[in-house]
Amino acid sequence: MMNLAQGIEGDNPVLNMTIFGLFVAITLIVVLRASRNTKTAADYYAGGRAFSGPQNGIAISGDYLSAASFLGIAGAIAVYGYDGFLYSVGFLVAWLVALLLVAELLRNTGKFTMGDVLAFRMRQGPVRAAAATSTMAVSFFYLLAQMAGAGILVSLLLGVSGDLGQSLVISIVGVVMIIYVLVGGMKGTTWVQIIKAVLLISGAAAMTVWVMGRYGFNISALLQGAVDKAGPGGEALLNPGAKYGISDMSKLDFLSLGLALVLGTAGLPHVLMRFYTVPTAKEARRSVVWAIALIGLFYLFTLVLGYGAGAIVGKDVIEAAPGGENAAAPLLAQALGGPVLLGFIAAVAFATILAVVAGLTITASASFAHDIYANVIKKGKVDGKLSEVKVARITAVVIGLVAIVGGILAKNQNVAFLVALAFAVAASANLPTILYSLFWKRFNTSGALWSIYGGLSITIVLIVFSPAVSGGEKSMFPDADFQWFPLSNPGLVSIPLSFFLGWLGTVLSKEHNQDKYAEMEVRSLTGAGAEKASVH
Amino acid sequence: MTTTEREHTATEEWKAVHDGPEFATLRRRLRGFVFPMTAIFLGWYLLYVLLADYAHGFMSIKLFGNINVGLVLGLLQFVSTFLITALYVRHANRNLDPIAERIRDELEGIEPVEVRR
Repeated sequence: MMNLAQGIEGDNPVLNMTIFGLFVAITLIVVLRASRNTKTAADYYAGGRAFSGPQNGIAISGDYLSAASFLGIAGAIAVYGYDGFLYSVGFLVAWLVALLLVAELLRNTGKFTMGDVLAFRMRQGPVRAAAATSTMAVSFFYLLAQMAGAGILVSLLLGVSGDLGQSLVISIVGVVMIIYVLVGGMKGTTWVQIIKAVLLISGAAAMTVWVMGRYGFNISALLQGAVDKAGPGGEALLNPGAKYGISDMSKLDFLSLGLALVLGTAGLPHVLMRFYTVPTAKEARRSVVWAIALIGLFYLFTLVLGYGAGAIVGKDVIEAAPGGENAAAPLLAQALGGPVLLGFIAAVAFATILAVVAGLTITASASFAHDIYANVIKKGKVDGKLSEVKVARITAVVIGLVAIVGGILAKNQNVAFLVALAFAVAASANLPTILYSLFWKRFNTSGALWSIYGGLSITIVLIVFSPAVSGGEKSMFPDADFQWFPLSNPGLVSIPLSFFLGWLGTVLSKEHNQDKYAEMEVRSLTGAGAEKASVH
Repeated sequence: MTTTEREHTATEEWKAVHDGPEFATLRRRLRGFVFPMTAIFLGWYLLYVLLADYAHGFMSIKLFGNINVGLVLGLLQFVSTFLITALYVRHANRNLDPIAERIRDELEGIEPVEVRR
C-alpha cells in the first residue's frame, strides 16, 4: 500500500507530515476565528472588503506563487539554466498589466466577479453566463493542475508512492481545502494565503542567503559552481536555448508562451477577485504594488535557488530523483539544512497547493452563485443574500469533490499543459473582454460574447490538437496522434484572434448604451458609488 | 420623486460629470500615462523575449565574470517593472487621486449612494 522507500533519500516523512499538520492546525484555528464575522455575501466573497492593501498584496502573492512557480521554476533553472529564468520574467512583468489597466478600474465598477464589470452596461444574462463559463473553465484547468501536482509532491516528499496512499493524500488536501472555503469564506482563505506567503517567501529568503553565503555572496561564483557541477557542456546553463532553442517550432512555442504569461495574469479570475477584498481603489493599487515587490523578490530568490541546486545538488541527481525537476528545491533544502529544512520546505510546498486550490475554489463558486444562480437563474431576485451564499457554499463542496476526483484521475498523467491552458484562456477569453469593457465606448454584449466564447473555444481546440495532448513523447496521450497544431502554447494565435473577434462582434451589433458607458467611466475612474467595506 | 425619475436624474448627473472639463482632465491624465507606459513595457518585454529566443549569441556574451548579457537584460526587466510601478504610484498620487476625490465627493454629496444601476 504505502511504499516509504521511494521518496528522496534521507527524507523523513514523519517529520514532513508533522510540520505540515502543524500548518494545517494553525491555519484552521485562524480560519475559524476569521469566520466569526462572515454573514453577508460581501463577507463571504470579499472578506467584507476590509483587508488593507499590504495584507491583500501578501495574499495575492500567496495566491499567485503556486507550486509550479516555486518548485517548477527553481527546477527548470537547475536543469535547463537560463531558459527556466525566462518564465519568472514573464510572470512578473505581467503584473504591470494588472496595475496600470485593470486593478483599480475593476475594483470601482464591480462587486465580486468579472461578470459584474461586463454586466454594468451590457445585457446581464448572456454576459454573466459567458463570464462565469470562462471563469469556471480557467479555475478548473488550474485546479486540476494543482491537484495533480499534489500527487507528484506526495510521492516526492512524503515517500508515499503507492496508488492508494497518493489518492488518500490528495483526498486529505481536498477535504482540508473544502473546510477552509466553507467555514472561512474569502476572509479565511485570505488568511491562509497570507500565512503561506510569509512562510514561502521567508523560507526561500533563508535558503537564498544560505546558498549565497556558500559562494561568498558572489553571483558569478555561484554560476561557476553550477557550470562546474554540470561537467562538460555546463556552460550552456548560462545561455538561453537549452529548453526552447532546439528547433524553429520550439522557439515559436516559447514566443507564444511568453505572450500568454504576460497577458494571462491580469485575466486570471482568482487574481481579479482579490481586488474586491479591499475597501477602495487606492488600496487595490497598494495591493498590486506589494504583490509586485514580493513576487519580484521571490523570483530573484528562485534564480539563486535554481542555480544553487544545480551547483550543490547537481543536475544529474535532480533529474534522476522522483519528481524530476520538481525535486530541485527540496533536494537543495536537504543538502543545506538536512531533514528539518527539507521538512519545512515540503510542508510549505503542500501549504502552497492548499492555499492556491482554496483561492480557485472560492472564485469558481462565487462566479457560479453570484453570476449564474443569483443573476441569471433568479434574475437578481434572490430571497435575501443568504441563499446566494448558501449556493456558493454548496458549489464549493461540489467543486472540491470534482477537484479530488480529477486530481486522483490525473495524478499519473502529464498535465503540465493545464497551467499553460489556464493562462492562455485567461489571456484570450478574459483579458480582451475586460480591457474592451473598461476602455472602449462602443463595446457591447455581442462583442463580449464573441471574445469570451471565441477565445475559450479557439484556445481549447488548439490545445487538444497540439503536441501537448497527442503525438509526442511528452504528450498526455503519447500513443495517440491526432495533432495538427504545431505549438503547445496557443497564445500566439488565440490572443490576437480573440481581440479581433471582440472587435468584430461589436461592430456587427447595433447595441450601444452611451449613457451607461458615461456612468461606468465616471465610476471606474473616480470610485463614486463604489462598493464600500462592510462595518462590523 | 418616483424611482424612474430619480434614475433619470442620476443618469443626467453622471452624463454632466462625464462631459465636464474636470473629468476630461482626469481621463486624459490616466490614459496619457497608462497607454504609452503599457506600450513601452510590452515592447521592451517582447524585445527581451525575442532576443532570448533568437539571439543566443548576443545574449551569451559575457560582460563580467559569468554574468552575460542575457542575465543582465533579464534582471533589467525586474528593474524596469519596479521602476514603472513606482512611477505610476507617484503619478496616481499626485495627478489622479486629487481630481478623482473631488469628483467623487461632488457626486456622492449630490445623490444618495444607494441609487445604482
